[in-house]
Amino acid sequence: MTVTTEEARAAGLVAPRARTTADRPRGLSLALRTLGPLALLAAWQISSATGVLTPDVLASPGQVVQAVGELWGNGQLGDALSTSLTRAGLGLLFGAGVGLVLGVVTGFFRLGEELLDSAVQVLRTVPFLALVPLFMVWFGITETAKVALIGVATSFPMYVSTSGGVRNTDRKLVEAMRSFGLSRWAVVREVVLPGALPALLSGLRLSMTLSVIALIAAEEINSTEGIGYLMAQAQNFSRTDVLAVCILIYGLLGLAADGAVRVLERLLMPWRPVNGRAVAGR
Amino acid sequence: MSAPAVHVRGLRRVFGTRAVLDGIDLDIARGEFLALLGASGTGKTTLLRILGALDRADEGTVLVPPARTVVFQEPRLIPSKRVLGNVTVGLPRGAATRETGRQALAEVGLAGHAEAWPSTLSGGEAQRAALARALVREPQLLLLDEPFAALDALTRLRMQDLVGDLCRRHRPAVLLVTHDVDEAIRLADRVAVLREGALVRDETVAVERPRDPADPAFAALRRDLLADLGVHQETKTETANSN
Ligand SMILES: Nc1ncnc2c1ncn2[C@@H]1O[C@H](COP(=O)(O)OP(=O)(O)OP(=O)(O)O)[C@@H](O)[C@H]1O
Ligand SMILES: [Mg+2]
Repeated sequence: MTVTTEEARAAGLVAPRARTTADRPRGLSLALRTLGPLALLAAWQISSATGVLTPDVLASPGQVVQAVGELWGNGQLGDALSTSLTRAGLGLLFGAGVGLVLGVVTGFFRLGEELLDSAVQVLRTVPFLALVPLFMVWFGITETAKVALIGVATSFPMYVSTSGGVRNTDRKLVEAMRSFGLSRWAVVREVVLPGALPALLSGLRLSMTLSVIALIAAEEINSTEGIGYLMAQAQNFSRTDVLAVCILIYGLLGLAADGAVRVLERLLMPWRPVNGRAVAGR
Repeated sequence: MSAPAVHVRGLRRVFGTRAVLDGIDLDIARGEFLALLGASGTGKTTLLRILGALDRADEGTVLVPPARTVVFQEPRLIPSKRVLGNVTVGLPRGAATRETGRQALAEVGLAGHAEAWPSTLSGGEAQRAALARALVREPQLLLLDEPFAALDALTRLRMQDLVGDLCRRHRPAVLLVTHDVDEAIRLADRVAVLREGALVRDETVAVERPRDPADPAFAALRRDLLADLGVHQETKTETANSN
């Protein structure tokens, strides 16, 4: 009663085509990822070499590398980087921390939402750049003003993402954990936060991007050190090579932030199937 | 033998270092109802997912009909769509589709719930909606992964009758994965047992329909299947003339 494979094919049967991606070697994936930036770099180099981009518009990649060497050599770049990174990091820490706590409180507790949400939503509509003059009046031209500005800017995306993620927690799971006698705080720690992690991390991504934007805003206006100060000076002397260095640094900061979140995703959520592969049922 | 609906030769699927399916050969004819038994973790769901194109085979030949549908252990209804919308999801829109959807719902006894939200259905109702969703596509191969496991005993018996009845009328080839030996014998034309990556039993159910658990043939097959699954039942006759 056996059928040969040929007969089965002739009877109109087909091979099921599962849409699971076979594991791709990591090197290949990495190579594909670097393709885009490399293409941009090549385009830049070609336009500089052919004279489409003149140095008074934008310096060539070679000149930018030289500028990096020069700035690094006299210590300007190192100082500016550490100052700016400290500002952005501190601001992000405070802002994202406050956003996280407020988000959990309003997302999980009914009373918290009623008390806080509308107030935060009103504040959220204020563009943070509008706060710059006010912060100057309050704090003067100090580090506090800059860190506070970055903190305010980064807290809102974190708040919105967290409270949304927390609100989407599986209520059935919470109910089950309550029946096992977990306290509210334990439920938040064991179920709500892990469940909200994807939303939380995408909020962190937005916050990190905003922290760099707020950093530029804070440093452009009034500062005596940092990358923004370096840029203001370069602008005065029409040094497009230094300007390009600063812009590239901002870009690299964004890239590093993205990479950090990717790593966090892998470290913090080991239970998630890789490559989006679905897990078999029980 | 009649035309084939499933044709599997030398199928292997490896997770990590363990070959969960290790050289499976399986044929299901058109309109044939095969029940697949096996202890937990033996790879029944994996086999079903490969046939349903939800997972890939590492080695071997797998051939299935183009029209297949799956009923999972849980209903997997889209919460944001009404029951009728869930049944006809992905089909071309139009009055004709809605009508076939309603008919399928009527067949599973849910005519009155077409406009209900999935979250308002009971477990058995949701599972019947999932069955209607599978049948409305007129599959040549129906894959059922423990579709009744989460139901109470009474609802399960009703659902078994319903599935048996629907399959006799629509005549798809059926692969039913189950843990319930009685369910397998009641419904299936053939039963197979999966153990350690291979089919250790694949036989036609010779018990006459309607199948009655009191039938000695039923009891004998049941004992054999349970033995395959590692449950050794001592019956009076067996103890009397054991060895
Ligand atoms: N995506 C996966 N990654 C790694 N291992 C897996 C994966 N899917 C299934 N397995 C393993 O394969 C084995 C078979 O799983 P499968 O779900 O097919 O079992 P099953 O026979 O359906 O069991 P049950 O009767 O409990 O549903 C299990 O040991 C499981 O741990
Ligand atoms: Mg299973």
